[in-house]
Order: sequence, then structure tokens, then C-alpha cells
Amino acid sequence: MRKFSFLLVLTLVASIFLAACYGGDSGSDDAGSDDAGSDDAGSDSAAQELRVMESSAIPVMDTIMASDTVSFTTMNNVMEGLYRVNANQEEVPALSDGEPEVSEDGKVYTFTIREDAVWSNGDPVTANDFVYAWQRALNPDSGSSYGPYLMEGKIAGASEVFNDGADPSTLGAKAIDEKTLEVTLEKPVAYFKSLMAFPTFFPQNQAFVEEQGEDYATSADTILYNGPFVLENWDGSTDGEWVYAKNEDYWDAENVALDKVTFNEVKDSQTAVNAYESGEADITTKLSSELVPQYEGDENMVSWLEPTVFWIKMNQTNEALQNENIRRALAMAIDKQSLTDNIFNNGSIPANYAVPKEFVQHPETGADFREANGDMLTYNVEEAQKFWQQGLEELGVDSLELRYLGGDSEAAKTSDEFIKDQLETNLEGLTITLESVPFSVRLERDTSLDYDLQMAGWGPDYLDPISFSDLWITDGGNNHMAYSSEEYDRLLEEAQTTYANDPVKRWETLQEAERVLLEEDAAIIPIYQRQSNILVNENVNDFTYHFVGPEYSFYPISMGE
Amino acid sequence: MGKYVLQRIFYMALTLFIVISLTFFLMQLIPGSPFSTAAKLSDSQLAIMNAKYGLDQPLPVQYAMYMGNVLQGDLGVSFQFSNTPVTELIAGRIGPSLSLGLQAMIFGTIFGILLGIIAALRQNTWLDYGSTFVAVLGKSIPSFVFAAMLQYIIGVQLGWLPVAFWRGFEYSILPTIALSIFPISIAARFMRTEMIDVLGSDYITLAKAKGASGYEIAFKHAMRNALIPVVTVLGPLTVSLITGSLVVERVFAIPGLGEQFVTSINVLDYSVIMGTTILFASLFIFTVFVVDILYSIIDPRIRLSGGNN
Repeated sequence: MRKFSFLLVLTLVASIFLAACYGGDSGSDDAGSDDAGSDDAGSDSAAQELRVMESSAIPVMDTIMASDTVSFTTMNNVMEGLYRVNANQEEVPALSDGEPEVSEDGKVYTFTIREDAVWSNGDPVTANDFVYAWQRALNPDSGSSYGPYLMEGKIAGASEVFNDGADPSTLGAKAIDEKTLEVTLEKPVAYFKSLMAFPTFFPQNQAFVEEQGEDYATSADTILYNGPFVLENWDGSTDGEWVYAKNEDYWDAENVALDKVTFNEVKDSQTAVNAYESGEADITTKLSSELVPQYEGDENMVSWLEPTVFWIKMNQTNEALQNENIRRALAMAIDKQSLTDNIFNNGSIPANYAVPKEFVQHPETGADFREANGDMLTYNVEEAQKFWQQGLEELGVDSLELRYLGGDSEAAKTSDEFIKDQLETNLEGLTITLESVPFSVRLERDTSLDYDLQMAGWGPDYLDPISFSDLWITDGGNNHMAYSSEEYDRLLEEAQTTYANDPVKRWETLQEAERVLLEEDAAIIPIYQRQSNILVNENVNDFTYHFVGPEYSFYPISMGE
Repeated sequence: MGKYVLQRIFYMALTLFIVISLTFFLMQLIPGSPFSTAAKLSDSQLAIMNAKYGLDQPLPVQYAMYMGNVLQGDLGVSFQFSNTPVTELIAGRIGPSLSLGLQAMIFGTIFGILLGIIAALRQNTWLDYGSTFVAVLGKSIPSFVFAAMLQYIIGVQLGWLPVAFWRGFEYSILPTIALSIFPISIAARFMRTEMIDVLGSDYITLAKAKGASGYEIAFKHAMRNALIPVVTVLGPLTVSLITGSLVVERVFAIPGLGEQFVTSINVLDYSVIMGTTILFASLFIFTVFVVDILYSIIDPRIRLSGGNN
């Protein structure tokens, strides 16, 4: 038998490992058998259990540390802030007992916190829970990036606390008493409610966080919940499967139908569709482009326009791109309709604007932001060629070479090829060199202005046009293309100061700013606005998605015919 | 033997040190920031973040600090999973990769070796052609095609086994088959060639002359010698299987190491890249060592001694 000894040893060692692996993950096993149960009950419409696929595991559950969609989504469902975004994308008071008192200058908000709001350990949610979380987010030792990003320039004193080490108590968030929170802003913030629904501004129970120390929010047991659900099973950021259970102590628990939601991490879109088709899950991850056409017209495919716009940035440190005619020619020489119809074919639409469609509505009339300005820089080859010739003459050259910085995914390469072809065909004498690089490299080269043309996109973090508008102010944190317009800067300044408390004027000023950016300056080339498509089982009622921060809400959902 | 082992352990440590150092400096050549939110942060915010994680220090200082920590068993914290220790990240993800890899390895090796022996004993018959066909197929079909086909036909169409996820043994069957097709083809091809070679040698003829049975010749005399090259390739192959297959884990939605490693490179999660590299390199170096020891057990003609060769 000696000749088989190594195989034997291998087998023995292996079986020890195997036993250990399956045995150790008993939590997952339980979920497995439970799930088999829910399969049997599939025809029984009363089983309020939902199975969802997510694009990644939950990287982090400490609200101040999160910066990704899956974390934000989970927090939105197991925790709660002063406001919550409902199915109609409106901010409604959540922990805040009704609307807050707002001072005349729009800078001081006084919130009363709901009497019946409690943490999952029974403690009441207090004003200090907010103060503590926000101060923690601004402590450089915490390593939070969304804290400074969302608070600086908005909450009074935030910048000093984060950058200059000012005393945390100087932050404009004070607990007046147990249930009264006073927030002071640096300047009026029109989208303040939207911010208060964002997980970075959620409260944290100081005693609990300090007691847990380093272990805080590393597994389901080391978190306190105050939302419609609690995490029943989550072993930390490597766990590929996690489970929500209904939070019976939630103040609005009677309006939460689901008893249990099971999540699985699925990276591959085709796998998600296969699991959905074989009845192992109810909601897929976002479908990749090539899968969308096969579900065209399927009533179980839910589609929505994301407020994410992709554009080509033109670097004005390049002399040729300083020429407005050249920029305008480039902007009008790309057939975007053909790009979205033939290359993407997933419902994404051509963008002839910088602030997306179906994103924000007029504060009084409710009209879409897009209605006033309409389309700008639309595709028009003849016009483009006229501007091109004029531009070349002004520059005194008859040909131009430009570098085009794009992503390195297959999809990005295909669409960049298409755009290169459009530009070179429509504009005589233009040569485009494609440079396909990973995302982190593109960011670095964006910062160092090392490109001529760059395909880039932007998704907002709060429901307000200014999340797009303030990208383009002179030396703005994301300008990185040397665009500078006094007119544009002035309009943005006015919108945030003079008209800060006049929503309609402010709105019109931001629309005017967009017109300056595109129609007058042709500063960027808008390309397309992205559409999301997912499959949702017909037994899932009131599926709810969101535009900023958290992606989904599960509390409105019920299962049934 | 003892001296040999000591010498090998020294070289193993040296190799590991070189791998860690090279990876550390090569990684720093990739441009970009490990902070996923870098695009949204202002320069001063970014500077404070860099200082917090020691990224503002000169490279040699960062290197010295890192090596110091590694020697104390501290692999640092992840950027991507905000401050989760790398050891926890690896520990949390290695389970599925390990059990899947070992299952595939055991199934693949045993099945592949049998296939190779049968092919060699029944050379140029339909059994031989059949097993060669399987081996060529396994080597030439990309694993993502094979995995996707298995999932679609057996999981979705026939509904015999779960399509995806990782919740117990039945969930591991399809991925195991998908992953084992490669070791099967390798083991089968090597085993067939070696067996044919060995079966033609003089001592086998002698054994036949002595009147040993066909079974005895194949399994007692021939297989042992034919195994040596197979063991050589299977060692490193084991490592690549148990450290996670990106493709198979992706297709069957298994929360393993493979996907995590690739993602960490894409998002420049320095400490995770380093930690995973150290793990892979150690496993690899160790396996090569074990394979060398195994030689002397399988083939007494091979004597291990220190130096002089």
C-alpha cells in the first residue's frame, strides 16, 4: 500500500480541511436550509421572504467610514437618519419628529428627535448620538473620507475641526437636550434634507461604539440598529451571504412587510440571471449591456435612468483645446444616438446636457431641470466641420493630433473606438490616439492634467443640480481641465450666496450656468446618461430604487401575487 | 537529510524575502491612489488621509515599516474594506477557495491518473483515444466556457444541482467539476506518456517474464515510477487551485480569495495585494519543498543530501 500513501495522506488532510470549512460556516448552512424551505413555499404568497443578489460583499458597516453603494444601501435599510428617501425620491422625516425649525437666514436647523426611536439594545436615539457620529467622522484619526467630503463647507466649523485640529465641540452640531439637535450651517444648503438622509450623517450610540472599540461594526453582533431591519447574519466584510430580519422595535414596524431578506454576492451578471431564472433569487444585480436586449419588453425587467452622466473632458492646457471653435467642432461631431443605440443598446440615452434628466425638479412648478435649457451641442456634422475649419485657421495649422484617455474595460474600449472613428471621419485632419488605462491611473492623470481628451463620468451624492454645477468652477476639486470662466464662477457664487434662500432664483441661476458651460464655452462634450436594468420577480411588490447614496429600500416591499 | 532540510528552509526564507521586497516596490510603480474616494477629496483632505496611513513617508521608510510589521505577523489593514485587518480578510475568504481547490485536486488527480493508466495499458484502442480526447478537451476549453456550460446545462436547464452560491456540499459539486477538468487533463496526459515509457523498460519485461500479473505490473511496478513527473507538476498546480480560481469563483458566485486578489490589484489596495502575495508565495515555496521530499518516498533511487550537487 505504500505507493498510495501520498494520495492517502492528501485525502486525509483534505477531508480534515473540508470538514473544517463546511463545519465552521454553520451560519451559511442554516441559511441554505432555510432557503430550501422558502423555495417550497414559493407558491405560498404569504411568505414574506426576499432573496436579493448584490454586486459585492458589504465592505463596511461603520456609517462614517462607508464610501460605496452596497454599504450605503445596507445602512439605509438597517439604520436611519433624520430623513429617509421614499419610493417617490422625496425626503420624508424619519428620526426627525416632523419638519425641523429653520432660522430666517436658513443657517440654523433645530430638529426634535422621535420619542419612539430606539436602538436595538433598547437605548433611545438621542441628539448626542448625532453629535458624536459627526465629530467622529471629522476626526482625522478615524480615516473617514465621506465625513470631510460631505461636511466641509456645509456644517459650520467642519473644515477647522478636520484640517486644523479645532476642538470637536466647535462643530455646528449641538445637543440642546436629550431630544433636540441644533445644526448650524456655514451657508444655507438647499439640499440639506437630502444630506440628512445620507448614511454618513446617521447617528451612532456613543456608549456602544466606545465599548466595542476596534470590534465595532465588524459583524452583525457588534452593531446597533435603528432602521426597519436588523442584520441577523453577517460575519464581516468578507462574508458573501448576509441576512436581514425585520426590526420589531422599529418605530414604523407596522408598515414593514418583509420578515427576512437574504443577500448573496454575485460578481457576474450572467450568473445572476441564471440564478434568477432557476428560481434561486428574486432580484438580480444590474444587468450588463449584452444581457439587456434579451429581456427587452419583459415585464420583470425594471429600468431607470441613473443620474450618472458621461462626458469627454477637454484639457485646456493644450493650446488647440483653448480654441472655442475646435472644442465646439469636437463636441458636435459625435453621433451619440448611434453610440447608445448600437454600441450600448441597454437603454442609455444620448446626453446633450451636463445636468442629467429625471434627476431634480423645479422647486415650485415641478418641471424637470432639463426643460429650460433643452438640448445643447447636439450632433451636427456640417456645423461641426465649419467650426473645425475656422478653428484650424485661427490656430494656423491644417491637422491636429489629440490623445484620448479612456477606460480599460472591453465596453469602454469599444465605445472609445467608436468615438475615435466618429471624430476622425467627421473632422478632416484630426488624428486621435487612444490610451486605455485602469481607473486609478486615469484619476492620477486627470489630477496631473496629463491628457488631451478624457472620457469621464459623474454620479451625484445628493439630490441637487449643484452636485454637477460646482464641478466646473475655476480650480474646482474636479475641474482638472483648466476650464475657467468668470461668468460661470459668478453664477455659481450667486446661486450659493445671493439666492441661497430663494430656491427659484437659485434654480434659474444654475440653469444659466449650465448654458454658459455648454452653449457659450463648449467646455465639455456630454456623451450619454446611463440606464440601469435589473430583473425583479413578479411576486415582489413596490420594488424601490434611489438615485444617490443608497441604491435600494426594502421596507416598502411586500411579497405576493 | 536533516542538513538538506535545514538548507532548504534557509533558501525558502530567502526566496520569500525577495518576493515580498520585489512585490512591494513593483506595486508602488502602479500610479494612482488606494482611496476609492480620491476623485471626491480635496488635496488637503487627501494629504491628511495619506498621512494617516503612512503613505506620505518616503518609500524606504514605508518598506522598513512594512517589513517590521510583517515579521511581527501584522499584515496591515485594507483600504478598500476600510481598516479591516488583512489577515481577517484572507482568513474570511480562504475557506471556500481551499475546500473547493482540494476537492478539485483530489477528484482531478485520482480521475486523471486512472484515465492516464487506462490509456497507457490499452494503447491505441478506443479507451486510449477517449481519454486523450477528454484530456485535450480539458486543456483547450477555457474554464469560463466550461464552467458556464456546466452551470447552464446542469443547473438551469436540468435543475439537478444549485446554479450558484456557497452553502454546503451540493453547492460545491458543479464548481469542483469545472475546476478539476484542468488537473484531470494534466494528470492524464503525463501519466499516459510516462506509463508507456516505463512499460517499455527492461525491468517490466523481467517482471512479465517472472510471471507477474498485468494488474501487479501496472500498479506495483510501473505506476510508482510513472508518478514522479506527475507529482512535479501537481504540486504547484495544487497551490494555484487552492488559492482560488478567479473564473470559477465568479461564475458560481463563491466568496473566495481569487476575486478578492484581482480586485485588490485593480483598486490598489496595497496591504491586501501584499498579504495575498505573501500567502501565495509561501504556499508555493512550501509545496515545491514537499514535492522534493515526496520524490524520495516514491523513488528510493533519489537521495536527498545537502550541497555537492
